[in-house]
Parts: sequence; structure tokens; C-alpha cells
Amino acid sequence: MTAMKKTVVFAAAALACSAALADEIRNYRAEAVAMMKRDFKAKGIATTDRLHEDGVQAVCNRSGDNPPKDIAARLEKDQLDNVRYPADGKLMGDWKAGEKLAQSGRGMTWSDKAGVPGGGNCYNCHQIAPAETSFGTLGPSLYQFGKTRGSGPDMQKYVYGKIWNAKAFNLCSAMPRFGHANALTEQQIKDLVALLLDPQSPVNSK
Amino acid sequence: MKQRTSTLLAVAALTAALAAHAQQPAKKASPQAKAAAPAKSDISKEFEKFREVLEEDNPAELFEAKGEDIWKNKKGPSGASMAQCDLGLGAGVVKGAYVRMPRWFADVGQVMDAERRVVHCMIKYLGYKEEDIRKQPFSNVNKTPDHVSVITYVAAQSRNMKIAAPQKHPKEVETYNIGKEIFAYRAGPYDFSCASCHGADGMRIRTQDLPNLRKPAEAIRAYQGWPGYRMTGGFMLTQQWRMNDCFRQQRFPEPSYLSDSITALLAYMTVTANGQVYKGPGIKR
Ligand code: HEC
Ligand code: HEC
Repeated sequence: MTAMKKTVVFAAAALACSAALADEIRNYRAEAVAMMKRDFKAKGIATTDRLHEDGVQAVCNRSGDNPPKDIAARLEKDQLDNVRYPADGKLMGDWKAGEKLAQSGRGMTWSDKAGVPGGGNCYNCHQIAPAETSFGTLGPSLYQFGKTRGSGPDMQKYVYGKIWNAKAFNLCSAMPRFGHANALTEQQIKDLVALLLDPQSPVNSK
Repeated sequence: MKQRTSTLLAVAALTAALAAHAQQPAKKASPQAKAAAPAKSDISKEFEKFREVLEEDNPAELFEAKGEDIWKNKKGPSGASMAQCDLGLGAGVVKGAYVRMPRWFADVGQVMDAERRVVHCMIKYLGYKEEDIRKQPFSNVNKTPDHVSVITYVAAQSRNMKIAAPQKHPKEVETYNIGKEIFAYRAGPYDFSCASCHGADGMRIRTQDLPNLRKPAEAIRAYQGWPGYRMTGGFMLTQQWRMNDCFRQQRFPEPSYLSDSITALLAYMTVTANGQVYKGPGIKR
């Protein structure tokens, strides 16, 4: 059994105890999942295996996105251990390519084509460069990110890891795990790191 | 007709404005001004303003009239008509039925939402073929299917009534509770559930305001303005369409049209919105 699996089993067991008092809720949950598995059909790239929860999803779903701290810490570590950093050690790409990616809301829906690289969806949730006034508010503003947080090797590593797997830092984060889910490539993530951290990027302009 | 013409002109003007906005390159603005998130985007405000004007004389009425004609006059192959259709308040009763669904229907042994019940009756009494309806469940620029017009008519017959989805039958309670779980179920490549986008106050995707559908005051938005006349295209879209497109954005596979899962979600949101006033078919961008 991998460390990851062990932690999930352990986490599920701990949660099962706390959920035992809510027998009925657990029934409805199981019925809901069974119902969806009956009703949903594969369409394009959106296959029905997407209805299965992975370990992190299962723990967040069962705890209302609020798992016990020790369980969260163990699972976050598992997620972090699985982040693949670039072999060449370079984490900053081209911020201009990053800006294009941040703009694109494409990717992973049944209307997206297989094999066509998706976008970052970043502006759906974050304020980023000042010129783009059409931004969502599900996530915090990233305007001036590099300026206020620094852009050295540690910060580059954090941002690369955050985009690769947001759950490694905040288990039930609303932000997708772009690298983990194969939604963005290594080069794309580098370009997004540059968008947030490169001193030349409009994100960090005065 | 004069008023209708001016309404349609207004629709055309706003549609053009929206389209132009979508294609505009990002405007330059001072970073200071941008650092604080605007309370409500300009385009949203603009849209709201137009919507108020439009709702005085809503183009949805054209579809409502077509639906009424089908409901009152169309006969099925064996001479049956929608007069035999029970929407929960008795055979042929349309007034107030829309705001009292989803509900338990003993004849089919199922909880059904309004769209599902209307389609059920159109198949049973008017001889519409289920496979044809499933071939094109939702409207597009080329065609607003008959069942969508009938739903628009049925919805309009609950205009200005209080939403009152029943929770008496055990199956109605069960359906609500299952819907609540579906709403919270995170899965798929982006780890999204409905609650990812509709579980907190005051959130936006780009400039689109996201209702917090767990709160009664905002759950009404699952109802208000639906079925909706889509200004960019000129056709009617139903709640079932909205659910379908949100699952697409959630990166899930596709829910079958008129499935239990959708009825459950609609039951959850409708019951949450119970007591609020439904203003009738509306307008959506
Ligand atoms: C569906 C919403 C969503 C999308 C899409 C999204 N994010 Fe996030 N992001 C969040 C939320 C919510 C947080 C805050 C909670 C957290 O840290 O996990 C966050 C946090 C972050 C942080 C950490 C901020 C800090 O102060 O340390 C970074 C960096 C970030 N996002 C970058 C991105 C980039 C780049 C993209 C596009 C590839 C992106 N996000 C897409 C929701 C999103
Ligand atoms: C990734 C984001 C996302 C997810 C996940 C999502 N939605 Fe939505 N939803 C939206 C957007 C964007 C709109 C359009 C808002 C607008 O028109 O201003 C919307 C609109 C709606 C509306 C109509 C609101 C109105 O005012 O007319 C309802 C109801 C709704 N969603 C329900 C759901 C349900 C139920 C789910 C889960 C099955 C869900 N959504 C999942 C993004 C999402």
C-alpha cells in the first residue's frame, strides 16, 4: 500500500466515525452518487470515470471541505510529494504566453477536443494583470503578486507547485490541480509562474 | 405591435452591445483603480437596466403564445389533448402548477420537475416521440422545440405566484436530500461541485455574478427568469438547459435529459427558494 493510499484509508475511517451520527446523510450521499452514475453519459472527452472521487475529493466531500487538521496535513504532504518539478530546474517561462493562457477558459469540458491544449482559466477566478478588468472573484487578487511576495527561487517553487497542485497547500482549495490533472503542461505552468513573478510582467508593474 | 417592435429593437441593440463588449480588447485603466475589485461590472449593470425595460414586454411571450396554442388546441393521434395532463393540481389545471413542482406523481410513481412532467404529457397525450425530443432537447438559433414553448406557457401561468414545492411525500423529501448531496459533490479533473461556483456570497466568474444557491434569497435565481429568452440568439432556454451547461463547466460528463439527478437538483434549489415570488419567464443574456 502506498503512503497516499494508507493516509486516505486512515482519513476515511476517521471521518466515518464522525459521520456515523448522521446515518441518513450518509445514505443520501451514497444514493446521490449511485444516481449520478446511472444518469450521466460520456460525452467527448468527458468520460464517466470523472464521477469517481479520488482520495482528496472523497475526504473533502465527506467533511464539507473542512477535514480534521491532522488528516489535511497528511494528505497535503502526499499531494506535495507528487508534484513534478521541471528536470532542467528552470521555473520561469515567458509571461506573455502566460497571460494568453490565463485568459483562456478552455479545457476539459465535453466541448473541448482531445489533444488540444487547454487554458488556465485563471481570470475566471483571479484578478491578475491590471489591463484585464473582466476577472472573477472566486480566488484572491494576484495583482502585484511578485512585487509583494518576492520572485526568488523559493517563491518560484511555491507558485509552480501551487499551480501544479493547489491541494498540496490547502487540501480542499477551490482551485483545480492543473498539473496533477494533466490540464496544463510543464511549459504552460512555467509561463504562468512568469506571469505572476517576472518583474517585467504587467502584474508587477507600478 | 408597435411596442413589440421597439422591444425587439432594444433586444437587437443590447445584443450588439454585448457582442461588441465581448470582442473589445481589454481597456487600459490605472492599476490603483483596478486593485480594488469593482462591486458590480459595468456590463452587468447595463444588462440589468435593459432587462428591466424588456420585461415590460418580454419576447418570451411569443413562445408562451405558441405553447398555449399547443396546450389548448393540439390533439394527439387518438384525439387526446393536454386537457388530460395532470400537472399536480388536477387534469388540465395549469394555473399555479409550475411553482408547485418538482412533486410526487402517483401515476408514474416518480418525483418530476415541471419540464419533465410537461414532456411526459406531450408524449402520452399528443404523441410526441421521446427519441425526437431527446434528439434536440434544448433550443438553438435554428429551432425552439415545441416542448420548450409549452413549458414557457406553463411557467407563465404561475407568474407572480409564490414558489411552493411540496415536501410532504417521503419521495419528495428524499429527492430534496439527494439533490443537496449532488450539489456538494466534488469530482472530475477540476475538483468542482455546484458549490465551487455557487456556495459563497458575492462571487463572480469573470463578470458573471454567481448566486449562492444554498441561501433562500439567492436560490430564487435557479427559478427567476427561467425559462429565459436568450438575447444572443433569440430563443428560449429552460432550467434543464442551465443545469446541463453548468455540468459542462463543472467538467462532468453529460447528465441525461430529464434525469432523476436533475430533478433532484431542481428540487433542492426550488425548496430552498420556497415562499418567494416567481415573476414568470424572463430574459437571459
Ligand atoms: C476555480 C477557481 C480558481 C481557478 C480557475 C484558479 N484559481 Fe488560483 N486560487 C483559487 C482560490 C480559491 C485560491 C485561494 C485558496 C488557496 O490558496 O487554495 C487560489 C490561490 C492561488 C494562489 C496562491 C495565492 C497566495 O496568496 O499564495 C496562486 C498563486 C494562484 N491561485 C494562481 C492561479 C493561477 C496561475 C491559475 C490559472 C492557471 C489559477 N490560480 C486558477 C481559485 C482558483
Ligand atoms: C465552473 C463554474 C460553475 C459550476 C461548477 C456551476 N456553475 Fe452554475 N453558473 C455558472 C455561471 C458562469 C453561470 C452564469 C451566471 C450568469 O448568467 O450571470 C451559472 C448560472 C447558474 C444558474 C442560473 C443563475 C441565474 O441567475 O440565472 C443556476 C441555477 C446554476 N448556475 C446552478 C448550478 C448548479 C446546480 C451547478 C451544479 C450542477 C452549477 N451551477 C455548477 C458557473 C458554474
